[in-house]
Amino acid sequence: MKRRTRRPARPARPDGADRLSRRMRPGDLMAEAGAGLLARPARVALTVLGTVIGVAALVATLGLSKTAGNQIVGRFDAVSATDVVVSPSVRGGGAGGVVLSWDAEARLRRLNGVSAAGTLADVDVRGALVRSVPINDPLGTGAVQLPMKAASPGLFRAVRAQLAGGRYFDAGHSQRADRVLVLGPNAALRLGIDRVDQQPAVFVGDRLYSVIGLLKDVRRQVSLRGAAIMTEGTARREFGLRAPGLAQIETRPGAVNLISRQAPRALSPRDPALLKVAAPPDPRLLKRAVENDLNALFLLLGGVSLLVGALGIANVTLVSVLERVGEIGLRRSLGAARRHIAAQFLLESTGMGLAGGLIGASVGTLVIVGVSASNTWTPVLDPWVPLGAPLLGAVIGLVSGTYPALRAASLEPVEALRAGT
Amino acid sequence: MRVAPPRRRGHGGAPAEATARRQRRRALMSGSLVELFDVGRRFGSDPPVIALDGVTFSVQRGSSVAIVGPSGSGKSTLMNVLGCLDRPSSGTYLFEGIDVGSLTDDERAALRAHRIGFVFQSFNLLGHRTVLENVMLAEVYRGVPPEGRAARALEALRQVGMEGRARFLPPKLSGGEQQRVAIARALMGDHSLLLCDEPTGNLDSVNTEALLALFDELGEAGLTLVMVTHEEQVAAHADRRVRMIDGRLTEEQP
Repeated sequence: MKRRTRRPARPARPDGADRLSRRMRPGDLMAEAGAGLLARPARVALTVLGTVIGVAALVATLGLSKTAGNQIVGRFDAVSATDVVVSPSVRGGGAGGVVLSWDAEARLRRLNGVSAAGTLADVDVRGALVRSVPINDPLGTGAVQLPMKAASPGLFRAVRAQLAGGRYFDAGHSQRADRVLVLGPNAALRLGIDRVDQQPAVFVGDRLYSVIGLLKDVRRQVSLRGAAIMTEGTARREFGLRAPGLAQIETRPGAVNLISRQAPRALSPRDPALLKVAAPPDPRLLKRAVENDLNALFLLLGGVSLLVGALGIANVTLVSVLERVGEIGLRRSLGAARRHIAAQFLLESTGMGLAGGLIGASVGTLVIVGVSASNTWTPVLDPWVPLGAPLLGAVIGLVSGTYPALRAASLEPVEALRAGT
Repeated sequence: MRVAPPRRRGHGGAPAEATARRQRRRALMSGSLVELFDVGRRFGSDPPVIALDGVTFSVQRGSSVAIVGPSGSGKSTLMNVLGCLDRPSSGTYLFEGIDVGSLTDDERAALRAHRIGFVFQSFNLLGHRTVLENVMLAEVYRGVPPEGRAARALEALRQVGMEGRARFLPPKLSGGEQQRVAIARALMGDHSLLLCDEPTGNLDSVNTEALLALFDELGEAGLTLVMVTHEEQVAAHADRRVRMIDGRLTEEQP
């Protein structure tokens, strides 16, 4: 192992020159640096502004991304975290694949953790137009083309549908292949139907269907808003529907991952890979992703602001050194060592950075509180951010002031006195 | 404005009194404070400018020396070397027996802080600090506690009749007043050597007399004074007068 050798202490000078005090009291150093800053208050304030903006942007970014992440996760938990959709995979034939069976709803409802389930399919009506009145209009202006869907009775609960009027169809309608329809709100609007108490009917092509229910809204499968929905039994018999297109599941909170694994096995026990599952990502991952996305953008902006602030401090400190050459010469003549000069300029630039950090952290925190209050969010901020931000400002000031301070310290007293007069 | 009472001394008007004063001071002198042996100072190299050329010179403790000579003759360079602001290119400089050439940069700074006071021709006061703070600045680099610093600074200001302007900023003062503040700053502390560059250049005759009287008192207290001056009256007041010409020093008889 390499032994570290201590540098021998310099022997005492016989003439006693080394006994003269060469230290400067910290209080004096602070006072001199403070006076140096206060001598040019406007310039210092403008210089500090760069750091204020940078630090405030950083603090606000970190706080707002955290706050927004929490907010998104909160909303995400309420609806999306219980949403699972199972549909044929590419191997299973994709969108038109025949993998899901007609009893898919019953199979899914047997799984522990499923609170509602239903199946849904697009119905190919072969271009048939839909009209709400039995008028033979040769121009066809009263007829519209509506997406037609076939659903199992349980789908309405699984998509969190709300009724504006009437009722949903049931298993009996499906078994009998009754010609009944439930209209989405946009479809009803297009057909001019706003109530069901007079038993409205619509023609799909030349087939007459009774409208038994009108939807107010759906929270999932939003394409249902503009569609006319018939029973699966009717779709099979009237339009030759071969299989459900997808299974919509609502799970109990926290059961998403479990159901995502179990549903394909329940629906296709022989080959679960014929099905694909669309489930929400882990909320924690989503939260992290949101924070990362916001952070990446705004931290970049904050970083650029801080860089500009640092360059501002470096520039002003350097200009200050050049302007104060005479003062440096005077201080050297009064006994200041090079390190005293360097320390004073470093302290001044660090003070500017610290002030910028303190003000910036306060402004950033106020921004977070203000934005949160205006959106009725709960402001969230890691405690180390407002505490560490002034420190960051001080470090930026210290680093920015290093070159100017070294330059000031390198001045020879005679040259400085000559240049400063 | 109260000015410290000048000691009545006409220029060449009271030779007996001047002689007595010199004798008193010589009695106080005990060895050399500064000694220069064949000191040279050159600047540049192509061709070099010789500012000091083989200067051999010593100053007794408590004495006063006036350096006269034309502009560019090397007076300021000599003052800078004496004040440890500049290093000689050749030769030996002893300050209180210390070989200044062997000192580190820090040690020379400490020597300036503790032993040497400066009065610059252009005053070199900090415009954004009060007169009192400017004077107190002289103690900042000596490592002494701040207790009593203001009182000592006020006493130094009183010696030059400027205690009434302690809270003023230097730009509000006349040139003569600024010069007296610069002198007060040089008086702060227990210096052995006071180096003055045209110390009376901005003073009227009354204040010049007062300052010369103050120098006499300080000399009797053991302070050694070296000053560059163009004023015959001030030069004649010194114990010795030397002349610089082309970097060479010659002694002049008082």
